[in-house]
Amino acid sequence: MIQTLFFFFAAIAVGAAINVLVQKHVLYSALSLILMLTAVSVLFILLRADFLAVMQVIVYAGAIMVLFVFVIMLLNLPQDEDGADRLRWLKFIGIPLGLFFLFLVVATLWNVESSVDTRSGISGSPLAIGRSLFTDFLLPFEATSLLILIALMGAVVFAKKDL
Amino acid sequence: MIEYLKDSDFLVLLLKIVVIFGGVMGVLAYLTWLERKVIARVQMRPGPTRVGPFGLLQPIADGLKFLFKEDVIPTNANTFLYVAAPVVSLIPALLSFSVIPFGPSLQVTDLGVGLLFIFAITSLGVYGIVLGGWSSNSKYPLMGAMRASAQMISYELSLTLSVVGVLLIANTLSLAQLVVAQQRTWLGFIPRWNIFLRPIAFLVYVISAVAETNRLPFDLAESEQELVAGGHAEYSSLKFAMFMLAEYANMVTVSALAAIMFLGGWGGPAFGPGWLQAALPTVWFLLKVSVFIFFYVLMRATVPRFRYDQLMKFGWKFLLPLSLANIVLTSLIVAIAAS
Repeated sequence: MIQTLFFFFAAIAVGAAINVLVQKHVLYSALSLILMLTAVSVLFILLRADFLAVMQVIVYAGAIMVLFVFVIMLLNLPQDEDGADRLRWLKFIGIPLGLFFLFLVVATLWNVESSVDTRSGISGSPLAIGRSLFTDFLLPFEATSLLILIALMGAVVFAKKDL
Repeated sequence: MIEYLKDSDFLVLLLKIVVIFGGVMGVLAYLTWLERKVIARVQMRPGPTRVGPFGLLQPIADGLKFLFKEDVIPTNANTFLYVAAPVVSLIPALLSFSVIPFGPSLQVTDLGVGLLFIFAITSLGVYGIVLGGWSSNSKYPLMGAMRASAQMISYELSLTLSVVGVLLIANTLSLAQLVVAQQRTWLGFIPRWNIFLRPIAFLVYVISAVAETNRLPFDLAESEQELVAGGHAEYSSLKFAMFMLAEYANMVTVSALAAIMFLGGWGGPAFGPGWLQAALPTVWFLLKVSVFIFFYVLMRATVPRFRYDQLMKFGWKFLLPLSLANIVLTSLIVAIAAS
């Protein structure tokens, strides 16, 4: 049963992810991304990481993508952009960066401890996540929050220019 | 969550789903009647009286009317998104009832992260309005959709932050345990409800909940004097009915959450014979929920609509700092009490 669910939602996630790239219209890409994120959150539930699943939906599908959709609708971009030609040189950076990212993902998967027991559901509870965030991963956690603070201040500075 | 799939009491689960879902759908239909009646009385009108005694059959007549109306799809609309939008707005609205405890055992499933689940699900509901407004390809719906998304993002913050104070005290995210945590009393008769412990959080929650459900005085998304009907101006027939149903369902959800988090959920005196003791918690819960719903309807009848800039200023410059200050205060109290 769980395996059937896994393959069903994994197929949706992969299909939606491909659709993000294939779609011509930006809005459809954004909507496919939302579908992909929601399908991945179901995969998290199947791994008994309920908290992670819910957070995925709240943060990405519910907040960030709403802003994406909001901006796309507000600007109402034309179907075919003229700007695509000017960004042609980007592929010289994009392909190496993409390969580097792929390498990172594979390297992480290679080294990951497979001993984490997901069946009990304890490792995915809010308590466990909170505890490990504030003990084992305190430095990355604080570094991330600093990064977000910088981005926040940057956004305020950009917005202030127009005022 | 997963263990239910293996359990043999699948039938019990199915029965619960049927009872809760059927009950909720019935309540939603009669909410329209209640709202029309109450507003009519406030405005010194009789309200619906023609269909059945006290107009009680009005919801059925309305439903039939929706069914037989012509289903119009605008020529320049994006057909796929136009048809999908009402569904996208209705499904999350109804899905959130699956974790709400209507009684000690009348709950479809008690998720460990039930509260966050409701926030996640309801935050997806905004896509219904936004897509509906955009795909109609018409200016008023588009403006309504813009306003709705901006408003819901803004007030979601203070809504979620107002809850943090309650969570700090209750130490759980499960809705059933939130209710259980409030069952003790002070001096033997004053219930230990969170509304007495966290009055500021309660205030912030109730205000942002009204904004989150796009109801008056915060119904900027569909303000009929400026935007015809906002996000769903182009919709007709059953698609419009689905939007309305989603709005009422969201209203019930936030009211139920308020009752669970601040008024002790199904808690209340249980007395009498066995069957009465089993039924009373659900009765108390429904009573508490209807208090909030009645308040909502009265608000709509009495308070004028905010202007858009007032709404944004109120949300970002008053409610958000207030809820943040409340979190700091609560954390301090909890930390001092713990040490």
